[in-house]
Amino acid sequence: METFEPVIVAFCCHYCAYTAADMAGTMRLNYPTNVKIVRVPCSGKVDTIHMMKALEKGADGVLVAGCLDGDCHFKNGNTKAAKRVAFVQKLLEEIGIEPQRLAMVTMSAGMGPRFAKIATEFTEEIRKLGPNPVGAAKQAQAAADKVA
Amino acid sequence: MITAERKPLAEIIDSIDDCRRILLVGCNECVTVCSAGGRKEVAMLASAMQMDFMKRGKTLDVREMTLERQCDPEYVEQLAPYIGQVDAVVSMACGCGVQEVARRFRDKRVFPAVNTKFMGASEGPGIWAERCHGCGNCLLGLTGGICPIARCSKRLLNGPCGGSSHGKCEVSDEIDCVWQLIWDRLKELGQEDRYEEIIEAKDWSTERAGGPRKIVREDLAQ
Amino acid sequence: MMTESVLEKVMKAGHIAVTGECGPPRGAMPEKVKEKAELLRGYVDAVNITDNQTAMVRMSSFAASMILKQIDMNPVLQMVCRDRNRLAMQADIIGAYSHGINTMLCLSGDHMKFGDHPMASGVFDLDSIQMIQMVRKMRDEGKFFGGAEIKGAPKMFIGAAANPFADPFELRVARLAKKVRAGADFIQTQCIFNVDKFEQWMKGVRERGLHKETFIMAGITPMKSVGAARYMRNKVPGMDVPSELVDRMAKTPKEKQAQEGIDICVETIKRVLDIEGVAGVHIMAIEWESAVPEIVERSGLYPRPQV
Repeated sequence: METFEPVIVAFCCHYCAYTAADMAGTMRLNYPTNVKIVRVPCSGKVDTIHMMKALEKGADGVLVAGCLDGDCHFKNGNTKAAKRVAFVQKLLEEIGIEPQRLAMVTMSAGMGPRFAKIATEFTEEIRKLGPNPVGAAKQAQAAADKVA
Repeated sequence: MITAERKPLAEIIDSIDDCRRILLVGCNECVTVCSAGGRKEVAMLASAMQMDFMKRGKTLDVREMTLERQCDPEYVEQLAPYIGQVDAVVSMACGCGVQEVARRFRDKRVFPAVNTKFMGASEGPGIWAERCHGCGNCLLGLTGGICPIARCSKRLLNGPCGGSSHGKCEVSDEIDCVWQLIWDRLKELGQEDRYEEIIEAKDWSTERAGGPRKIVREDLAQ
Repeated sequence: MMTESVLEKVMKAGHIAVTGECGPPRGAMPEKVKEKAELLRGYVDAVNITDNQTAMVRMSSFAASMILKQIDMNPVLQMVCRDRNRLAMQADIIGAYSHGINTMLCLSGDHMKFGDHPMASGVFDLDSIQMIQMVRKMRDEGKFFGGAEIKGAPKMFIGAAANPFADPFELRVARLAKKVRAGADFIQTQCIFNVDKFEQWMKGVRERGLHKETFIMAGITPMKSVGAARYMRNKVPGMDVPSELVDRMAKTPKEKQAQEGIDICVETIKRVLDIEGVAGVHIMAIEWESAVPEIVERSGLYPRPQV
C-alpha cells in the first residue's frame, strides 16, 4: 500500500511568507517536499479563481500565506486574501469538497520555523483527509478504463 | 442596476446534470457590477461545476464566454457559432438576458444560474440595496428623492405606519423606515409642510400590475 | 348625524364613548364570536372586530361583524390594507353596510411576516389614509373611488388608528392631521401606558384644534401579568410601557397580578378622561373580555347612555 503523498500548493507573499520559507531553507529546517511554493507580490494578489484552479487541477491542499494582521506591505492585502479564502471555502462546501483543503495562514518574514511547522502540519492534515476527490475520481475512472 | 445572486450550486448542477458540454455565459453589465455573473463569476462557476462532475466520475466540458450584455440581440448573436457544440446554455445574466438567449436559440435548453433580485444601488463595496420598483410613474420629487414604493415594506404613500421604531421598519431592524428617512430629508430641504400633503392613491396600471410593459421610441424603431 | 352609527350618536350627544374589542376565532366557530361579544354587552357602545390581526388568518372581520349584528350588538368593522385591493374593499364596504354594519376602522395592517403566512404577497393597493378618503367619497359623494355613482351609498362612520408612541414622535400629530383631513370621524389610539407621553401628544393635537374635528378615543389595555407587561414593552413595535409599570407588576404576587393590571387600567382611564380633547376610551382586553365590565364600572362609565 503506497503512502499517499499530497500535493500542496502554497501561494506565499514576497514580503513575509516567501521570505520566511527562504529562511527555513537557510536554517536547514526540514519541511515536506509536498509543498510547492508560488511566490506572489502580496497574498491579496491571489484571486479566488487561483485557489479554485489549483484544486481543480489536482492539488490536494492549498495554502495562502501572507503577512501578520496589520503588517501587510500593501496595507490590507492579507485581509482581502482571508475573506477570499473564506468565500472559496463556502463554495467548496457546496461542491462537497472539504473546506479544510484550503487555508489562510500568516507569519512574519523572520518566522522560518513557523513556516516549516505550518508546512509540515498542513501536509499531515491533508494526508489524513486523503486525495482530492476531484483527482481521485479521475484516477479511479482511469483505473477502471484500464481494466475494461 | 439590476442585482442578482448566484443560485445554490446544487440547483445549477441539477439543471445540467445530464449534459456533457455546456456554454456558460456571463454578462459584462449589471451582474458584473454586483459580482454575481461577470467574467470572474463565470470562471469560478465553471471551475466549481467541473470539479463537482469530476468528483462524481463524470466530465463536463464548459465553454466560458462573457457578453457585453445579454439583453441586446446583437450581442446574443455572438453565441451563434458555439451553440451547435453544446447540450445546453447556462446564463449568469439577469432574467432579461436568460430570456433573450432562449428567444434566439429556440432549440437549445437555457438555464439561469442566478436569481435576479431587485433594481438597486451600491451602499458600499459588496453591499447593494433595493431602490426602485419600476412603478412607471416616478414620484421621487414629492418625497425628497427617496422612494416609499420600493423602500417601504407596505409601500405606504402616506407613512409611516405605527410599527416604525427608532428609525427601523417593523419587518426587520436591518431595514430603515423609509418614512423616517423621507421626513429627515424633508427637514433638511426645509420642506416639512410637504409631509402633510396627502399623496393620492396610486394608479398601479403603469406598474407591472397593468400587464407586461413595452416602450417604443418611434424615432428609433424600425 | 352623518350615519346611523350608535358610536356617532353617543359622541355627538356629548357622552364619553366606550368601545371594546374582539378577535374572531381561527376557524368557523360562530359560537365563539357570540360568547366573547356577550361578555361586553351593555358595557360598551360598540365592539371592534379585528381583521387578520398580526397577519394570522382568522374569521374575517366582515363575517364576525355580521354575527354581532345577529345578536343585536354594534360591530366596528376593521379593514386592513394588507389583504384587499380597492375593489374588494369597496365591495366589502357595500356588503357590510347592507347587513347594517355602519362603523369601520381603516388600518394599514401588520406586515405578513408576523403571521402564519409570511410567504403571502401583501396587497397594499391603498394606504390607510387613501382608504379613509375612499370611504368618505362613498358616503358623502355617493361615488366609488373610481368616480362612478353608487346606488345605495354606504353611510359609514369612519375611524382610523393613531399611535402617539411610535417613531418619529414629532410626526405623530402631523399624521393625525392627515387622517383627519382625509376624513377620519373618530380615532382610536394604540394602548396607553405612558400617560405623560399621551398628554404631550394631546397637547400638540389641541394646539391644532384636531380634537374638535375628530373624536379621539384613548386606547387602553389591561395587563394580565408581569410577563404580559414585559412582552408589550420589549416585543411589540410602537408600544411604550414605562419600566415603573413593569416593576409594579413584578412586585405584585403572581395571583394578584391580574387584579393589579385591572387597577392600573382603571387609574389610566381616569387620568386620560381628565385630559381635554379625549372623547372616549377604547378598551382592548384581548382574550380577557371578562375584565371589561369591572373596568367600565370602576371607571364610572356604567351604565352606557341610551341614544
